[in-house]
Amino acid sequence: MLSKREKELIIEIWTRLTPVADRIGAEALLRMFTSYPGTKTYFSHMDITPRSAHLLSLGQKIVLALAEGSKDIANLMTSLAPLQTYHAYQLRIQPNNFKLFSHCMIVTLACFMGDRFTPSSHAAMDKYLSAFSAVLGEKFR
Amino acid sequence: MVEWTAAERRHVEAVWSKIDIDVCGPLALQRCLIVYPWTQRYFGSFGDLSTDAAIMGNPKVAQHGVVALTGLRTALDHMDEIKSTYAALSVLHSEKLHVDPDNFRLLCECLTIVIAGKMGKKLSPDMQAAWQKYLCAVVSALGRQYH
Repeated sequence: MLSKREKELIIEIWTRLTPVADRIGAEALLRMFTSYPGTKTYFSHMDITPRSAHLLSLGQKIVLALAEGSKDIANLMTSLAPLQTYHAYQLRIQPNNFKLFSHCMIVTLACFMGDRFTPSSHAAMDKYLSAFSAVLGEKFR
Repeated sequence: MVEWTAAERRHVEAVWSKIDIDVCGPLALQRCLIVYPWTQRYFGSFGDLSTDAAIMGNPKVAQHGVVALTGLRTALDHMDEIKSTYAALSVLHSEKLHVDPDNFRLLCECLTIVIAGKMGKKLSPDMQAAWQKYLCAVVSALGRQYH
């Protein structure tokens, strides 16, 4: 359950990050690939070396989707429907990997925001990313 | 036994060199109790944990954060025998404290986030990976004596 204040914190954070969406997204992905090498198996068709164009482009797409979703959290099931289908039927990503990515996104946010990534921001973002991941994984079975 | 490369040992030492246990210990435990409120179940005798502010200002939480982080540091001097180093603590957490071992992982995640906040970009992906491997090894050792 996200309180009104938590929803505000989430929107504030994503709004601040939208101008650097590619860098933030790429960093989160790179941290995930480094800590959890099994996640690289889904990207054998891409150049995922640091600062590659592929990594920046994918990073940007992910962060912009997270930012967009945060504007209307109550309707994630509707707004994410196309992405649900894509991840379930085409990409077929093992759903536990969403958790690994969420963790690395939170590490990236902490590195970027320092003290401003307070415990309440962390809690709000953790809840949001869990909800987003759960919706994304809905069509898997 | 966990295999460590020379680079991984260096990364883990580098992270520890940036940690002030008296600061990071309390911050990590406070964050864990706030982000994962079910972990408060083990601290019924600690007094007021009813709000974020109460948790952040609670002296028993702060003190216990130091104890927990000091315990996590022990492995640094015993990197090649982590399992045996934590055998007694594992028995304690299982048989006396009855802590669900999955919660060790949550505290370690919060610790990593606190460190990330302090180190910023200096916590490179490779350092993060080595650090998380270290924490995984300790968490695994702490969970080993549960049955």
